Amino acid sequence: MFNKIEMRLSGSGGQGVILAAIIFADAALADGLNAIQTQSYGPEARGGASKAEVIISKDEIKYPKVTKNDILLALTQKSYDKYIASLDKDGILVVDESVNVNEDVPYKVYKLPIINTAINSIGTHMVSNIVSVGVLYALMGDGVISYDTMVSSISDRVPPTTIDKNIKAFEEGIKLIRG
Amino acid sequence: MSNNKSYKLLQGNEACVEGALAAGMKFFAGYPITPSTEIAELSAQKLPKIGGRFIQMEDEIASMAAIIGGSLTGLKSMTATSGPGFSLMQENFGYACIAEIPCVVVNVQRAGPSTGLPTSPAQGEVMQAKWGTHGDHPVIALTPNSVQETYEMTIKAFNLAEKYRTPVILLMDETVGHMREKLTFKDESEIEIINRKKPTCAPEEYVAYRPEEDMIPPMASFGEGYRYHVTGLSHDETGFPTNNNKLAGEQVERLINKVEQNIDDFSYYDEYKMEDAEIVVLAFGGVSRSAMTAIDEMRENGIKVGMFRPITMWPVLEKQISAIADTAKEIYVAEMNYGQYFYEVDRIAGKKCPVKKIVKVTGELITPNEIIAAINGGK
Repeated sequence: MFNKIEMRLSGSGGQGVILAAIIFADAALADGLNAIQTQSYGPEARGGASKAEVIISKDEIKYPKVTKNDILLALTQKSYDKYIASLDKDGILVVDESVNVNEDVPYKVYKLPIINTAINSIGTHMVSNIVSVGVLYALMGDGVISYDTMVSSISDRVPPTTIDKNIKAFEEGIKLIRG
Repeated sequence: MSNNKSYKLLQGNEACVEGALAAGMKFFAGYPITPSTEIAELSAQKLPKIGGRFIQMEDEIASMAAIIGGSLTGLKSMTATSGPGFSLMQENFGYACIAEIPCVVVNVQRAGPSTGLPTSPAQGEVMQAKWGTHGDHPVIALTPNSVQETYEMTIKAFNLAEKYRTPVILLMDETVGHMREKLTFKDESEIEIINRKKPTCAPEEYVAYRPEEDMIPPMASFGEGYRYHVTGLSHDETGFPTNNNKLAGEQVERLINKVEQNIDDFSYYDEYKMEDAEIVVLAFGGVSRSAMTAIDEMRENGIKVGMFRPITMWPVLEKQISAIADTAKEIYVAEMNYGQYFYEVDRIAGKKCPVKKIVKVTGELITPNEIIAAINGGK
């Protein structure tokens, strides 16, 4: 039974993991849940390690940072290396297929063609973050946030001319899990 | 997001601008600096749409000067910065104190000293907020710990600046400035707005710095026909400089008293699980969020611990802190610096109970576990 989910989304600066986290927080609020979103990044605008966190909870959220990391997304090797130690043993790891991971681990591992799906199905790597949103949404389980809320949250947060592409990216992400 | 919702997912910095606009901000001058930049950015977007003005100045010295000028024309004015810019603002901050210019200065604290860690949180300007500018002077500083409270305290900061004719500091930290959470907007009818007192006499009878019974002189706006002189030198009631030592001393006393004697008017604080608390964590801003989580966990293990959270940082809430020390067995001051507010708390409470430090200067928020470990280790 869902009470609280703590997600960490990591990648390279510019890949849009912060926006992905914001979309989840936005959608959670719209569905009447509590949410808090934080990030850390270096002084550079592109490159470097970028990390966004989002906590979704039925209860009031006090400490704003992730303590028990239920779901970790790592789009790059660097971000995997940096954050993997913090993943809860009962947690879920989602990495892009380009990332080398340790398979002998207690948590579930999903190694998926996230970036290639963005490039091949949508035509741009720029929607990799929204493909990720679809993956994470499918893994989060039903009954946390409704599909319609996710779609409207994505539509509200991406540039208006790219809404269709991003909704398709979201659906492709879901398909990577549900087939 | 659609605009007709009564709430939004916003950053603390964005909530600060929403609060400022709700309070009546019409002028913002600043120089962008992480982690405060969103405040300038959003002010630049929003002010022109409501007939206000935004200007990016050449640096923070000029930014502080510009909001003093803006305020003198009658516009509610604000600037926002972080540590390095806050240092540059200090001289003109003192000018605003002695010339009695209402304005709001936001400092979203990042790790220092100097340029330090631009994107990382700290609370290193707790003492600078009070003593950064030279000479004895009044300071009101408020520290919010959530997006919602940032909105509400920004409104209060404007109100206090207007009411007491003094610069007010909103002392944020990167944790609160950059976190996103729900902001529930208040209806206009629910928001108390205070505007500065204006002269009721004819322009030729106006004595610009003659205080009324409340120690505050009415303030005319430049351009309304009231001619007067403004200076950073010690001045008499006319606003012109004086070397009269008695008048200079009386002026400093009045500036401090008009604020400090009214502390009960703006003693904002919060208490968390304090009813039977034997151990008290005193924390503010982002750190208080960690403290609450730490307290929840310790309470599950039967430890009687609570939190006192000053929102009004300056003047210090001496009465409330002293009362806590009457019943607490020990007080821990948790702050993202090397120990600053600790000395104020120790001064007030230290003779009644032990006061200890929980400090961190790595550019990271103190975690709940660090607070628990410090308290457990203290036994």
